Formats: sequence, C-alpha cells, structure tokens
Amino acid sequence: MAREREGMRKERLDRGIKVRSDGVYSISSWREMSFLLAPRLLLILGLLIMPLVLVPAPYWQKVLIIVCIYAFLALGFDFLAHFVGLVSLGGALYIGVGAYVTAFFNVYLGLPIWLCIPLATILGGGLCTLLLWPCLPLRGVYFAIVSLMFPLLSARLIEALDVFGGTDGIMGLDGFSNSWWEMYVLISFMLIALFALRRLVNADMGLIFRGVKDNDQAVKASGISITFYKAVGVFIASSLGCFGGACLAHIYMWAGISQFALDFSIIPIAATVVGGGGTLAGPVIGCLILVPISELLRDFGTLRIAVYALILMGFIVFKSEGLMSFGSRKYNQFEHWVEI
Amino acid sequence: MAEPILKVRDVNKAFGGVQALAGVSFDLMPGDILGVIGPNGSGKTTLVNAITGFIKIDTGQVIYKGRDLKGMAPHQIADLGLTRTFQVMRPYFSLPAYKNLIVPLFSRRARRTGGWRGGGRMGSRDTVAVDILEEIGFERESYVPYKNASSLPTGYLKRLELARCLALRPEVIICDEVFSGLSMSEMASMVPLMEKLQMEGVTLIMVEHRLRELFRLAGRVLVMNFGSKIAEGTPDEVMENKEVKEAYFGSEEVFSYV
Repeated sequence: MAREREGMRKERLDRGIKVRSDGVYSISSWREMSFLLAPRLLLILGLLIMPLVLVPAPYWQKVLIIVCIYAFLALGFDFLAHFVGLVSLGGALYIGVGAYVTAFFNVYLGLPIWLCIPLATILGGGLCTLLLWPCLPLRGVYFAIVSLMFPLLSARLIEALDVFGGTDGIMGLDGFSNSWWEMYVLISFMLIALFALRRLVNADMGLIFRGVKDNDQAVKASGISITFYKAVGVFIASSLGCFGGACLAHIYMWAGISQFALDFSIIPIAATVVGGGGTLAGPVIGCLILVPISELLRDFGTLRIAVYALILMGFIVFKSEGLMSFGSRKYNQFEHWVEI
Repeated sequence: MAEPILKVRDVNKAFGGVQALAGVSFDLMPGDILGVIGPNGSGKTTLVNAITGFIKIDTGQVIYKGRDLKGMAPHQIADLGLTRTFQVMRPYFSLPAYKNLIVPLFSRRARRTGGWRGGGRMGSRDTVAVDILEEIGFERESYVPYKNASSLPTGYLKRLELARCLALRPEVIICDEVFSGLSMSEMASMVPLMEKLQMEGVTLIMVEHRLRELFRLAGRVLVMNFGSKIAEGTPDEVMENKEVKEAYFGSEEVFSYV
C-alpha cells in the first residue's frame, strides 16, 4: 500500500527511452534495442542457463521441470481468463488427459515418444475442448465450476470402471533418453508458447478473443460465432496443458489418476495472481516463484499449506496487481512526488 | 414492384406474462428507410432483437431475402448481411477506435465481400478499418481513428457502432437509436451520413425517439405501442393518425412541443 503524503501526489511519467522505443526509433540504437530486449533476454537466457547452474543439485533440476509444467497451465489459464473471458479450473483435466492419451499411444499402441507427445497435445486438446464444448455458453464462475468438475469426474470414472489400468494407472511408458532432453524440451517449448501467445493476443485473431471477453454481443452482431472462438481458445489452453501432461507422464514413465490432482488446477491460478494477470509473462514468473517455494516448504509437512496461503494472502493484499505489472511499471516509468 | 427484402409476419414474443411483441408484421423494400417509433417499453428494441436473432421469437416469421430466419444464430444472420447497432454502445474500450473494426473485418462475410469498399481482396485490415472510419466521419488528419475508444465522445461512439456494421458490407442495417444522446450539431452531421448510406443502396431500419430527424429521413414510419403495430405509413400520414396521437403523443398540447 502506497504511503500518502500531505498535499502531494505521486506522478508517473514514461521514461524517455520507453517512449522512443515504442516507435520506429526502437531499431535505431543499441541502447533502445537493449532496453526492449533486456527483460526478454533475462527470462530466456535465465531459463536456458538454469539447468546448467543446477547441475550440482539434481533435485532442483526436477523442480525446474515441474515449474515448466505448471507454467504451461498458468499460461493457458491467464490466456483463457484475461483474453477469452473464461475462468477455467480445468488444469487438472488437461494434465490428466494429456498423460492418459500419451500413455495410450505409447503403451497400448507402441508408438515412439516423439510421436506420442505431439499426438497427445493435439488429440488431448481436442478431447478437452469437446468435453467443455457444452459449457462454452456459460460465463464467469459457472464455467469455472463445471471445468473443476471434469477432473474429479474423470478420476472417479477411471477408478470405478477400472479402465486404463484403474487405480494403478498405466505403467511402462518410455522415458526421455536423458534428463537434458526433458529439461530443454520443456523449457524451450514453454518459452515458445509464452512468446507465441503474447504475439497472438495482439494479432487480429487475438482481438477477436478480446472482443469475446469485452462484448460478446457486438462480436455476434459482427457475424462471428463466439462459441467457435471460445472453443479455439479452450483448444489452445488445453493443448498447452496436455503437452505438459504428456511430458509429465513420460518423465514419471507412468500415467495415473493422481495426474487429475487439483493442484494442477489451483497452483496455476495462484501463480497468475502472484505474477499479474493479463501479462502472460507474469504467470510464468509466478510459477518460478511459487513452485520452488512449495518444494522448500515440503519439510514443514502439512503446515506447508498454511505458509503457502499466507504468502498468497500477502500478495493479494499488498501487491494485487502482480509482480509483472509492478515490475514493468517500475521499468518503464519514473515515479516522483509533486505538489498538488 | 420489387420483392421486399425483409418480411416480418405476425411476430409474437412474451417474456413471462409480458407480451413484448404482439403480432407485428411489416415489409421492408430494398433501398428504403423505415422508421420505428413508439413510447418507452413499446417493444422497439425487442423487435430489433427478434429480427436479428438475439432473442428467439415464440411464433411468426422473419423472412430475409426469401429465407426464413427461424432458428438462426445472430452471427449467421449477420453473415447474410442483416446487421444491427446497439442502443447501449460498448466498444472495446481498451483498443484504439480503428482496432474495434478488426473484429467485423475478420468475419467470414467481410472476407467474402472484401469489407466495405475493399473490392475483392482485402489489404491489411488496419488500412481498411481506417478507411471505413474516415468514410463515416472520423477525421484522419486529426488522428481520431487512432484514439482509444474509451476517450471518444458519444457522437464518435455512435459512428463507431455504425462503422462496425458497415465493415460487413451489409444490405440491411437496423439502427437502434443512433441519434439518442447526441448534441444538435452531432445529429445534424449524422443525417447526411444516413442519406449517403441510403444512396449507396443500404436499406435501413431506424428505431428512434428523435422524430424531427427521423421524419426527414424515413420514407415510411411504423408506430408501436404495447408490443403491437398501431400505425404504418408515410411520416405525414402517421402524424395525422388519431390513434398515434392519442397513444403515443398523449394529447395535442404535448405534441406541439415535439
């Protein structure tokens, strides 16, 4: 919360370099180019170097993988919530479907891993979209409730009907040939997804999505089917989640009902809150913070949830805009006090 | 005699116990401007919603170019070239004005028709959008098309609503109160715009409260009250209609103020 000063107000001004690099001048000097590139490179290079830095701590390399999987979900959640207007709690569904689809192709049909993961991404995304299709006319919290129901339902169905290995899950999936592959496949695809989504939401098609969120009546009156575009949005988000789920299954070499765990629905939302909704990069940063914290707190046993909740509460109360919005404001603007 | 482009036959719609539309019928000839007037709550906007598929009608028929629109979704009807504006304007506020038009220009109809005057192949949607806005009175030199929709005054927002329809190159536009909330000068500049649209062959239905401007434009006027049509005819005929005077204008004294 900002401190208030008597007779003063805080003025925010764009930095000159920000104004210049918004326009055509951005390619005219190294200074301006690096102003634009620095934050992006920090994230990209930071993530790419991280596995090398973590060589002495193999456990934290695994954590990095989990961070990436959550980042896929958080990206999907942020995209759906802030650009399509659907609050989806279906993260667990996406991970579970991705895991089971890839397990089906890999174990039952014997397809190689490099074919299973893309298949799981596309078909899993399609399957999730089909499941959620009847709920697409629902808005806001109603869609959230229904999408939360699906992972619970799927887990119970698999358990009760004893299909796909029942409670044991499907075992014996091929793993990645080595842990470097695991890490770099996940990190690079996560970065690609991040920058592709950022580009998409500003492209013409992204404007349709934002139109659906802001004013679906006007989109209908413009001769565009909002159900179709909502479905496309869900497909994009669920494909990302299914890719994460498929990778997770191959890393554990196992697909089971614990991959429908609600953690996969909840943590991405928390990460979006911490990182700043509507920024796309924010949720990724949120995952980079929250997932390691949750690993550190493992020693506290069940108290972990309490500490976790406190951290979240602190963010919501004191920095509700999220780290990314806060950071980009500080990066792009001056702040100073002026007399009223 | 040409075929009517839009035939509305005995349309009924009830919301619970309220009969919002009670057996409304009319014909719309291509190239005409039809005015729809009536007191508040007389079912004008419901009629617009019923024709454009935003609400499902209980009974009756809406036939557009010989095709029954029953069961069609709003976007399918818009795709046929029957578009509407909204009384309450909600543009995409966070976007510049011209970016608002990307949405209609992205639709199948706009891609098919090339969007307004794109003529066959469309160039960049941004360019077409700015062209449409200039056509409809956004001064390109003063960068109005590039301003954020949230900073535009009502007059421009009304035009933006209309531009959103035009981007589809529609054959019929139903304008739901384009004059309401405008200043006198804004209205004065809106009238020639509507005349220009008519000359370009667009058929218009105008739902209005501003009778003076409407009567200048409309060839025929339809008067509604309590969900049913109480009169139809040229502006002069409607003005002289006894029932209209009583039901809509109340008494002679009030009428003289209009």
